[in-house]
Amino acid sequence: MIAVLKHELRNYFHSLTAYLFCAFLLVFVGIGAMLYNIQSAVANFELVLSFVCIGMVVIVPVLTMRVISEEKKQKTDQLLYALPLKTSQIIIGKYLALLIIFLIPMCIISTYPLIFAQFGEVYLLTSYGSLLAFFIMGSAMIAIGTFISSLTENQGFAAGIAIPVLLFNYYSVTLAEYVSSTAFGSLVALCVVWIILAFLVNTLTKNDNLAFGIGIAGVMITAIVYRLDSTLFEGLLPKIMSQLSLFDRFYDFVDGVFDITSIVFYVTVIIFFLFLSVQSLEKRRYN
Amino acid sequence: MIKVEHLTKCYGNFMAVNDLSFEIDEGHVYGFLGPNGAGKSTTMNIMTGCLSATAGNITIGGHDIFEEPETAKKLIGYLPEQPPLYMNETPLEYLQFVGEAKGLKGAELRRQIDEVIQQVGIVHVKNRLISALSKGYKQRVGIAQALLGNPKVIILDEPTVGLDPIQIIEIRDLIKKLGETHTVIFSSHILSEVQAICEQVLIISKGKLVAFDTPENLETLLTQSNGIHFMAQASSEEVTEILKSMKHITDWDCADQEDGSVAVHIKTAAGATREICCELFFAFAARQLAIFEMTSKKANLEDVFIELTEGNVIPGSDKQADIAKGNIGESEVHEN
Repeated sequence: MIAVLKHELRNYFHSLTAYLFCAFLLVFVGIGAMLYNIQSAVANFELVLSFVCIGMVVIVPVLTMRVISEEKKQKTDQLLYALPLKTSQIIIGKYLALLIIFLIPMCIISTYPLIFAQFGEVYLLTSYGSLLAFFIMGSAMIAIGTFISSLTENQGFAAGIAIPVLLFNYYSVTLAEYVSSTAFGSLVALCVVWIILAFLVNTLTKNDNLAFGIGIAGVMITAIVYRLDSTLFEGLLPKIMSQLSLFDRFYDFVDGVFDITSIVFYVTVIIFFLFLSVQSLEKRRYN
Repeated sequence: MIKVEHLTKCYGNFMAVNDLSFEIDEGHVYGFLGPNGAGKSTTMNIMTGCLSATAGNITIGGHDIFEEPETAKKLIGYLPEQPPLYMNETPLEYLQFVGEAKGLKGAELRRQIDEVIQQVGIVHVKNRLISALSKGYKQRVGIAQALLGNPKVIILDEPTVGLDPIQIIEIRDLIKKLGETHTVIFSSHILSEVQAICEQVLIISKGKLVAFDTPENLETLLTQSNGIHFMAQASSEEVTEILKSMKHITDWDCADQEDGSVAVHIKTAAGATREICCELFFAFAARQLAIFEMTSKKANLEDVFIELTEGNVIPGSDKQADIAKGNIGESEVHEN
């Protein structure tokens, strides 16, 4: 794992990716700090971080796009398979390397509240609470990006999928207001989700029966529950959409609430997507 | 050292490897021969743990590759068909990563890297970017990677493909040298190469093992299909008359040519081709018939290969049935 970690770090700093990511993050934070803290003379650094969220939607996929897809393209994944390493060690090594790259600009950014504190009163506790939450949220986004990169051998395609996925997540709360909140609307949406899930299982495992079983069982259970008690489905879809939003939870931290359940949610997202990445890499061995 | 039992691999409905079984002993150079798409790379990928099998077992030095992959993989160095190199690194950085991933550390890692760099002859390019190296040097870096960690078995998948003749000779010499200290398995579809370096040849076709023997034994298997070809100024009747009177000749074809000569192809029973040629010469001379051209054809590994992989029956097909079952191969291995 350490070997993979060191190798990835060296690779990122050999190429422009790591520098670009750090530079863009610092530029976004810089612009935010100038707008909020300097021009508007607001003492809340956490507002800057909520401003940067939309930037993360673009720069995280750029950072993560090549992490696994490039191995597949250059056929170096063969080497990784042949080395005496577990697949989980490979994924964790790569993920930790990405976190270290993310940590570098975060360390620089974390000095900003202290600098501003020299010129006035800054709410340091919420600033650093939000910085920590921002880092964990970013880590969850990196895990999602890593998984998407493991699905393809084309870097551009990996970024092209990851950006809309994160963008959808970013706007999911806003979109939730527009989607149907009726019970029937939620039922239809859930059935569509099951079918998409079944397709995903099918592409990942190439097992028609399993995918078919999951799809049918999911739709059946949803329909039965709807039949028994349709009130459960009232407003379910908008609720799910806003619950799954990574960003909406972050705004609680910005508002000064350090919500442990959100941290647990982020960590769950990280573990879930790293697990999927391991499976996706393992799958190539079985196809 | 390596034991493959009833290995099967299916891609959907296509059977790439079909119930393949063989056993490989320590300390020889083995050639893995087969036409394109015969299942060579698939078998090698499964042996090295890069691919799963649909059915069957593989043990490396007693460790099952599927049950104890980490222990088994430490015994193998693998160079896939396309060397898995990171183009934006130097050979030194690359080897450092592979060494660390194989569990080497500190002074031992440096010592081994120095050693393999010497062994494969990349000392003077070790600090250049891999992307800037020629194909031959890339191949060497790939072999160096396989050698790190001092594995007992080295598996090379078509290591000479795409190299120029001088590089091919150099890589062959390297494989020969490696064979002195390691068990080397390498795949190829170039027969002369296999003939030149291997002590044992495995021929596979359509996912099945069709032969496992020394190159020499495989050739002698085919001596019965030796033949003589000649052109003579005679009619087919005269030729038939002469040939009937001669011993050792079992079968022949005559083809009358437009210029009044005849082209004859003879299949000879025993290995005494030379004597038969003399006999033919004097027999035709005695009847005042001129022979323009006479060539004797000795079966080589190429014929064995074509016969076996196309599923044609070699004359003396009992033996062929034996090798197809791997009987000859296995008894051969046990003797070693």
